[in-house]
Amino acid sequence: MTALSTDLLLSAKNLTKHFGGLAAVNDVSIDLFKGQIHAVIGPNGAGKSTLTNLVSGDLTLTSGSIQLNGHDVTGWSAEKISKQGLGRSFQKTNVFLPLSVWDNVRLAAQSRDSQQPWNPLSWFKNTQNAINSIAAQATNMPASEIIKLCKLENRMHAIAGTISHGEQRQLEIAMTLATQPRVLLLDEPLAGMGVAEAERMIELLHTLKKNHAMLLVEHDMDAVFALADKLTVMVNGQVIASDNPSKVRADAKVQAAYLGEEEHV
Amino acid sequence: MSSPKANLEILPRGVQIALGLGLVALLAFPWVGTDFYTQMVTRMLIMAIFAMSLDLLQGVTGLVSLGHAAYFGLAGYALAFLMPQDAAVSLWWTLPVAVLASALAALIIGFFVVRTHGIYFIMVTMAFAQMVFFLFFDNKILGGSDGLYINFKPSAQVFGFTLFDLENKITFYYVTLVLALLVYVFLRRLLWSPLGRALSGIRINEHRMKAMGFGTFGYKLTAFTIAGGLAGLAGYLWGAQSGFVNPELMGFHMSAHAIMMVILGGMGNFAGAFVGAFTFEYVLHVLKDLPTLQMFGKDINLGKHWQLWMGTFIVLVVIFAPRGLMGLAERFLQKREYPKGNSK
Repeated sequence: MTALSTDLLLSAKNLTKHFGGLAAVNDVSIDLFKGQIHAVIGPNGAGKSTLTNLVSGDLTLTSGSIQLNGHDVTGWSAEKISKQGLGRSFQKTNVFLPLSVWDNVRLAAQSRDSQQPWNPLSWFKNTQNAINSIAAQATNMPASEIIKLCKLENRMHAIAGTISHGEQRQLEIAMTLATQPRVLLLDEPLAGMGVAEAERMIELLHTLKKNHAMLLVEHDMDAVFALADKLTVMVNGQVIASDNPSKVRADAKVQAAYLGEEEHV
Repeated sequence: MSSPKANLEILPRGVQIALGLGLVALLAFPWVGTDFYTQMVTRMLIMAIFAMSLDLLQGVTGLVSLGHAAYFGLAGYALAFLMPQDAAVSLWWTLPVAVLASALAALIIGFFVVRTHGIYFIMVTMAFAQMVFFLFFDNKILGGSDGLYINFKPSAQVFGFTLFDLENKITFYYVTLVLALLVYVFLRRLLWSPLGRALSGIRINEHRMKAMGFGTFGYKLTAFTIAGGLAGLAGYLWGAQSGFVNPELMGFHMSAHAIMMVILGGMGNFAGAFVGAFTFEYVLHVLKDLPTLQMFGKDINLGKHWQLWMGTFIVLVVIFAPRGLMGLAERFLQKREYPKGNSK
């Protein structure tokens, strides 16, 4: 399954992040192609979340470079990178708890508006009209469809703070999708989910794969092997293996460092 | 099914009716009140504009400014500078100029302060306001510690024809009432515009807003500028009504009073700020008029120590009505419906 180079949506080269003397991420390179899920696994503290935060612009790079949709986005702020077509979800649920599910998704969708806070005309605009005009663009998915896709249509008017943890994880993905990204960075979307909820999420990620390039940080090995087209294993901030999942599974170094340990637990 | 929102953004029917009755009372007030009380309510309306402008920052955007009085005072001073000693100057250009002066000051100061967060934002807004305060306090040309007199009310002439006469206290009252209502309607509209939705998002979770691609700096700076301009509108009216301005208008106490008004009424829905300003000013009036008691062989002037009673009052409100008087009103006027199937 080789992807065409035109499908290369994100290319991160030699990413390094030092926190004082600690190299949390050390010389990590990752390419993301449309239609592929690239999973990153590794024990706690391996630098997976730091890697996500570096690519999304939440943390600044010590060195390395990132190309997104053909633009050099190295050193860009999180909001600029988001506008360039990268959407991320958070490991720790990070939704707007006092707002309804619908308002959460709508606020995310609004980020694709022209964003002219200083323009007095925008002070009197109807928010729903603004959202509708964004959704009317051919390439965009309307917020209502996103909510359906994420199986939240029955909880649409519930306050985000009152829905279950699994539903909050679904909402987290829905909000990320509402920013119309081409590249998805998903940080442990299955964390803390029940079996049924996890299955729904895996199905959703399968659906999303078609039109997105995806970086998936995940602890759930069943999910990783069910979903990943490519698998990178990180230990202590470094990549110790990066290949297709079956080869990585056979890798002796990986077994020693990570998968083996898990079996003995 | 109505769902509870952060900060009572949607006012329940019972609260709406109560506010409507309040409006009727305000419209009728000059017909029943004496001159003294008409002027007092005019002052309350002016403070309501000031408190609502702060609520845009404090209740909606989550930015607690301890220097909001600077923009209030600047517009008052602008009127004082523009008003000649011997004739009334036109309302039509001095009001926009004064409001724009405050908005411009807020834009410039906001450019620096909205980069900061939490306690630092509070400190930096206060520091800038103190700078403005001492600039006026220490400069004789700017009026110094005594301030400046404004000998006339601005004139509302159009082509030689006087539309209304602000020297008339009842006219001044109604003009202020109309402006306060316009500000309320404007801010309520703003709350539901894309700008208002984004500002609420910034209050709740600015980090997520940035991750979703919102340039939060521009949103916060816009809110800070609008709030500064509206505070300027209030300050202009204050100067026009009282006939003088002094550095106290920009002082720390003025800023703190505005914060208390917003907290007292209930944050983030503007109706609360309105009600809070009225309540605060009324309680202030009552407390300052407290009698002098003979105790322990000494005269103890209770009114002189009004700050002590006011502090006690605010503490009690915060403890027993954490969402302010609006939250309290909602509890009594409407049973709140919560969405079914709460899991937490």
